[in-house]
Amino acid sequence: MFRNNYDNDSVTFSPQGRIFQVEYAAEAVKQGSVVVGIASKTHVVLVAIKRNAEELSSYQKKLFQIDEHVGIAIAGLTSDARVLSNFMKQQCLGHRLTYGRNMPVRSLVDMIGSKAQINTQHYGKRPYGVGLLVAGADENGPHLFEFQPSGMTEEMVAFAIGARSQMARTYLEKNLDAFANCGREELVRHGLKALKESLVQDKELTVENTSVAIVGVAKAKDGTTKTEPFKVFDGQDVNAWIESVADDKEPAAGEGEGMDVDDA
Amino acid sequence: MDHRPQAWGRPRDDVYGAYDASYLQTSGPKNATQSPVVTGTSVIALKFKDGVVMAADNLASYGSLARFTDVKRLRVFLDSSIIGFGGDVSDMQYLDRHLNELAIDEAYDNDPSTVPSDGTSPPGTLNAANLHKYLQKLMYKRRNDFDPLWNQLLVAGLDADAKPYLASIDLRGTTFTSPTLATGFGSALAQPIMRRYASTEEQAASRTREEAIEVAKECMKVLYYRDARSLDRYSIAVVTKEGVELKQDELLERQSWAFAERIRGYGTQTV
Repeated sequence: MFRNNYDNDSVTFSPQGRIFQVEYAAEAVKQGSVVVGIASKTHVVLVAIKRNAEELSSYQKKLFQIDEHVGIAIAGLTSDARVLSNFMKQQCLGHRLTYGRNMPVRSLVDMIGSKAQINTQHYGKRPYGVGLLVAGADENGPHLFEFQPSGMTEEMVAFAIGARSQMARTYLEKNLDAFANCGREELVRHGLKALKESLVQDKELTVENTSVAIVGVAKAKDGTTKTEPFKVFDGQDVNAWIESVADDKEPAAGEGEGMDVDDA
Repeated sequence: MDHRPQAWGRPRDDVYGAYDASYLQTSGPKNATQSPVVTGTSVIALKFKDGVVMAADNLASYGSLARFTDVKRLRVFLDSSIIGFGGDVSDMQYLDRHLNELAIDEAYDNDPSTVPSDGTSPPGTLNAANLHKYLQKLMYKRRNDFDPLWNQLLVAGLDADAKPYLASIDLRGTTFTSPTLATGFGSALAQPIMRRYASTEEQAASRTREEAIEVAKECMKVLYYRDARSLDRYSIAVVTKEGVELKQDELLERQSWAFAERIRGYGTQTV
């Protein structure tokens, strides 16, 4: 009865000038669990909340290494992210083979941007249902990029995508000026604090559900800069960081499972 | 009935008449370059402590005929690397156009705000080592297509650690590197002189720009004396951290042909 006639494909505008399929894809990103990225002058960190489909299952990975110097955080359809991730891996490897260097992060992000935009302009195609934060370090220093299913890409100082990510973004905006000169550890703590902001009541960061990844440029002894390779930290490796941002005034733990209103 | 395997699946001659071969192409298979036509001779290059010097004369020969006397065989890439071309001149021009496109693509990737005002390349642009790797892939691809670019290339500049870089690529995609390099006749005539100047990386790293230029000029002179496909007009380029200095219309100085008097065994002399 009230069916929307303008959302069957991604080539038809609605009379209001909207492409519904692209907007729906952006919604898919908001269904994914939150990921946060922050860049300083020397490092980029990605932090993420992992979800398990059920109590008996393992947690779905959120952070992926693309190449020595690049990695991504995903929010949305994991299977679509796999396609983009494989593409990015191929491009980085191809670039390494033909030029013998790390692919500049901006060129890489531009490529997935173009690839995703094409899907929004062809009949029978659909946009990717995933948003990415791309973290990398190249000869121009560390970079953080946001990628949206519309094909939009933008370089960011700090950003968060996924469920309830607005809370994390509010934290990031409040502390924006501090990031540029943050050290590696401090940047991770800012990331985890932002992540905590977007958690639902009664949920907290644990070694099971928290992922951290770091990439950056490190000064060598002889003054030259070297890439600190992208590395993902999981499980016990993130324990110290989680404890370092533990809340003093921890609210009394509720009944836990099944109480989550928004587990998205 | 013709039962020979060659006739299987073909219209029978006894029914349809003999096949009219005039419909077949008569041009034969594609014929790629089998040998170079208009050629440039030696390119020489040598490292010194802050960079690399490269030189090549301005002649393009048509066989033994000195056909074009103002062909510049050194080119600058992105104000930070130099490439010297020996071998076929048309393939050199193809590579030159290709490199212009590559330079434009590379410039698109650069944020204008990061481009230094002194004319040097911003960080992250293709350096000589990257360029060399790229050209090697290009040359090797063409040899695998059985359509090689008939050149030997010298690539000079700085590598990722801002150290002087010099390497060679030939028409088969073979590469090697050395503190001094020469293509063509230069590898026989100029290399021994350049190795006297620096036979190891350590020695090259202790040499100055002036010494390197002096040796390069000396080598160009020897090449002009002894290589019949050479010219006394030449190009010389110096690449350092500060960029590239390219001079394209140099003339050999202080030539002495006195030794020619003593050459015996061919020519018009009777003794």
